[in-house]
Amino acid sequence: MGFEKFGRKSFTTITKTAKFVDLLSEGKIEGTACKDCGAKYFPPRADCAKCFSKNMDWFEMPGKGKLETFTTAHYAPLGFEADPPYTMGVVDFGDGLKLFARLTKEIKIEEVKVGMDVSIRPLKYEDGQVSFEVIKP
Amino acid sequence: MKKEVAIIGVGQTSFVRGYEGSIRELAFDAFREAIKDAGITQKDIDASIFCSAPEYDKQRSPAGVLAEYLGLIPQPTCYVETVCSSSSTGIKVAYGMIKSGLHDVVVVLGFQKMSEISSAESQERMGRGSDIQWEAPFGTMMPAYYALYAQAYMAKHGLTHDDLMGVRIKSSTYGVINDRAVYRKPVKPEDFKQGDPEAKMAGPVAWPLRVGDCCANADGSSCIILANAEKAKAFSKKPIWVLGIGAASEAVNMAARPDFTRGLSVGYAAAAQAYRMAGITAKEVKVAEVHDCFTIAEIMSYEGLGFAPMGEGKQLIREKATYKEGRIPVNVDGGLLSKGHPIGATGGSQIRTIVLQLRNEAGPMQVANEPDIGLVHNIGGVGLYGNVTIFGR
Repeated sequence: MGFEKFGRKSFTTITKTAKFVDLLSEGKIEGTACKDCGAKYFPPRADCAKCFSKNMDWFEMPGKGKLETFTTAHYAPLGFEADPPYTMGVVDFGDGLKLFARLTKEIKIEEVKVGMDVSIRPLKYEDGQVSFEVIKP
Repeated sequence: MKKEVAIIGVGQTSFVRGYEGSIRELAFDAFREAIKDAGITQKDIDASIFCSAPEYDKQRSPAGVLAEYLGLIPQPTCYVETVCSSSSTGIKVAYGMIKSGLHDVVVVLGFQKMSEISSAESQERMGRGSDIQWEAPFGTMMPAYYALYAQAYMAKHGLTHDDLMGVRIKSSTYGVINDRAVYRKPVKPEDFKQGDPEAKMAGPVAWPLRVGDCCANADGSSCIILANAEKAKAFSKKPIWVLGIGAASEAVNMAARPDFTRGLSVGYAAAAQAYRMAGITAKEVKVAEVHDCFTIAEIMSYEGLGFAPMGEGKQLIREKATYKEGRIPVNVDGGLLSKGHPIGATGGSQIRTIVLQLRNEAGPMQVANEPDIGLVHNIGGVGLYGNVTIFGR
């Protein structure tokens, strides 16, 4: 339980990575790292696909990355109708670590560029849902 | 080139908005056309495979229900799914069944009745073909995912909105002459004029993709009948042989995609396998059907298939090389953009087009000089699954 609190609207309730939501509430955006082989995962995984270990630890995502690509949605699926337009993108932190999220509305759409420096921060919606978003560094 | 498994019959309904019937009736229409085309009866068919994207079906486990309605019981039947490429995967499974000697004749039927749910609901369900745990909570949908590829690709390779518009205009050229297509109106540059409320293709959907860059939902079905060499020669005057099959998969989450500037990795991987199996190169393909669910997808497919070098896909549109009269005609039946995209039926529809082309029976869409090798590129999800199949006379 607990994962239903993730994002604008969650489609998942039970996952072994639900601690991600608790960490978000504490202000931390964390991925998982395999204690046995060192593989790092974001989004977090409970199981290491490289060495089959279930011995995972949490690590905090880097603070600085580059915006690899983005899009601005002018329509939204069911349950998100109040939100458009909103911009979503992929942040590349290097070393194979990437993250997908919405960009904060504080960044104007016309300012968004492929390759721009960005950072990330946790986010709490008014209805208690928690998420994370891409911000200016 | 080994000629071991052939297509002996093809069928397809018109792709429409709001089919006036149930899924069993929809499936029957394509099956009826294919079985007449093959000149056989149900007794000649050893097994059936049904393909769709299950989230649109109210009927759980449709294979058994449809097999009964088509008169295909008690033969074995099953259901195969890779979302938008389901019926290409069905062909792959049928090929394996025949090549192994398990069955002589197998029918693959793709169908989708999308119109029973609203467009917003449909977008949500399609979005759930992506990562529901980590991405859908942000409000993702299919156009947004392809827009991520478009944005990065355009920034790196100098692809413009006019190039994307060029893909749609080419598509509409053939949608107009394809009586099975859902969108049959001509499309002109004025339709994409920014800021003009009359310009119906210009509105942003998921920027940089606009209305005109996106294919439409539709209802439809397609049917392909495959046979081993012995049966193919007995039943068919013009068997079309399956020469090469390639298929691949990729991480669902965008955070795990290696590079947004080089198109879909599954397109490259599936093409390489299919060319290797067929023993040909891209230059030998005379006509192709590619998965243009969005205009950007067609440009990226040119490169994955080796029709253009990396980053140069735009040149094929600028030079009209993929028009019917061009060097490598692509989607001269209007593609998904004009025909519409009834998920489970799409791959079979692409294959039907290529079979008709190779038989020289494509009517006003026929490519000149009797093409002998054709290719189908069919993607599932946002490059989650990739399928390339090569056919020959």
